[in-house]
Amino acid sequence: MTAREPDYRRTDPKGFIVRAAMMLAQLVIPLGVAAVTIFDDGDFGGKIVWAAPFIAAIILFNLVVAYLQWTKLTYTAGATDIRVESGVLSRAARSVPYERIQDVSLEQKLLPRLFGLVEVKFETGAGGKDDLSLTYLSEGEGERLRELIRNRREGAEDEASESDTERATKQVDTIFAMGPKRVFTFGLFEFSLAVVAVIGGLAQQFDFLLPFDLWDLDEWEQRLAGPGQWLAGLGPLAQVAGIVIAVAMLVVLGVATGLVRTALREWDFRLERTSKGLRRRRGLLTRTDLVMPLHRVQALRLNTGFVRRLFGWHSLKIISLASDSGGANHDAVPFGQMEEIQPVVGVTGFDLPPGDTTWQRAMPEYRIDKTVLAVIVLLPVTAVVAAVGSPWFWLAPAAGLLFTLAEQWWRWRHDYRALGERQIYSKHGWFSPSLAIGSRVKLQSVDIRQGPLARLRGYASLHFGLAGGRLRIHGMPLAEARRWREEISRSISSADFSELLETKGAPAS
Amino acid sequence: MDESEDLTQLDPRYKTMMQLIAAIVAVALLVGASIAEFAIPGWTGIVWVPAALVVAYLVFYLPMRRYATRGYSLVEERLRVVRGVLFHSDTVVPFGRVQHIDVGQGPLERGFGLATLTVHTAGSHNASVSLPGLAHEDAIAMREEIRAAIRRDTQ
Repeated sequence: MTAREPDYRRTDPKGFIVRAAMMLAQLVIPLGVAAVTIFDDGDFGGKIVWAAPFIAAIILFNLVVAYLQWTKLTYTAGATDIRVESGVLSRAARSVPYERIQDVSLEQKLLPRLFGLVEVKFETGAGGKDDLSLTYLSEGEGERLRELIRNRREGAEDEASESDTERATKQVDTIFAMGPKRVFTFGLFEFSLAVVAVIGGLAQQFDFLLPFDLWDLDEWEQRLAGPGQWLAGLGPLAQVAGIVIAVAMLVVLGVATGLVRTALREWDFRLERTSKGLRRRRGLLTRTDLVMPLHRVQALRLNTGFVRRLFGWHSLKIISLASDSGGANHDAVPFGQMEEIQPVVGVTGFDLPPGDTTWQRAMPEYRIDKTVLAVIVLLPVTAVVAAVGSPWFWLAPAAGLLFTLAEQWWRWRHDYRALGERQIYSKHGWFSPSLAIGSRVKLQSVDIRQGPLARLRGYASLHFGLAGGRLRIHGMPLAEARRWREEISRSISSADFSELLETKGAPAS
Repeated sequence: MDESEDLTQLDPRYKTMMQLIAAIVAVALLVGASIAEFAIPGWTGIVWVPAALVVAYLVFYLPMRRYATRGYSLVEERLRVVRGVLFHSDTVVPFGRVQHIDVGQGPLERGFGLATLTVHTAGSHNASVSLPGLAHEDAIAMREEIRAAIRRDTQ
């Protein structure tokens, strides 16, 4: 056993209550299942007397384990590293040097939030699982630890050379926020067909759980006819009404799901500019608090949707080195108009493409080849299915073919690339158009790829190595691809990667 | 390839090594073909002839083509790796983006005195670029060159 550090700390004692409550919640489900399987022969009262002591013992055992785990989990914020020691029977001690901690994020799930507790996660860039986390600390302690680590990491030299401008940015200014009304609008656009399909499928699978039969049109007829006899006389019209109601119910469910999901995730969204970078807080039940250091921003992605494009709604994602939960893309502005997004883009040190940018399309040969390939594959399939399969089955491959043709046409119209002074731009996508903005200096490698067909027809794809994301441009003329690579390689060579990371707080340039 | 004249060819021993690997596969293939040949009644050579063609392609033609299409260059502080017979790929990694460098030798490579140089970048896609078929001392020399360039940059 390792010797305890003199000034070690324990996690918050209330965390023990939360853990115990969670453990009990996990216990209830297996116990419930066990109870149903054991006691389903009816004699419930007799056997429960025998089972009760066992259940009590299990609960007590869990409480004891949770308590022991709490007493044995200690952490120390030392001079050069943070150490966490844990384990009842087998002890584990982990030390993470401050230089290796990329970011500290605080997360509050519902139960801890009621007790005012936070989970503190230390991101080391080791990729997910191996990161260090402390469950649960009080909110104040979490904030203190975060400040402590930030300051340790920035080191004394930054402290000393901190200029007046740096101090001025210490004051926090909110650069984007979403009120309840905006979240509601966002939720309406989050209506997803997939959810409707899933609910529809589930309704069909589990319709025995519903108090009525969703798909039985006759019953709908009766149901509708019940209150007013006049509907019964209408016959086929009532059937149509039944279908309309079923569809309307699915739509309402889809909208409601979208609203609830969005509200849970995005409630009270705030994006602030602090001296350490962009700070984002959001969430209704699980409130997350995340800081994206500006110098770690690698690229931006501006997305929109098929419908929301018409209303001018866009979203801005930041591709960064530190990993967000679930992906390296951080939502900076989930749902906003362009004039709201513009200042955020400015803060990250990137620029939206200027008006005089010369946009270029992919080569026509590239689009034609893709279209021809799709036709070669799908047309015979359609023909064969039409000849052999059941009457309406050929519609599926035919629809696929039409979709591909429409997609290629759309992408020919809307996919563009441009090489700017400091940045590269790539517009692509068909259902959800997106614009990627990459900094030329921050790319890692450039790769020209050509398949056999591409070599024959003289086009190439450019694949860029990007920390935290992917950036590809297809269908460029080979000479153009070479020119881009030459220029970008020169930009990359102009600054070493460690320089990019060490200019802390300074926006990308 | 109009830019290929400034590329350095890989070590000729790499060609032999690829042929050896292909030969091992070919032996397994021929054994299988022979079993099939004896199992299937009929004309002699119905399996052997196509198998022999595949073997000839694998052992003689493909390694030559692969060797001919591969190459690298180390000019202007950039590592350029070109490869691919059917699907062509031409990668450039500036030294300033290299995080760490591996020189690896498999058992066969050891026998031939060859090595594989792998450079890792911070990119999440295409993050490591490997260059097989270098003479071991060349790989070491390239590693030193890249490392020296990185150190010069960070100072």
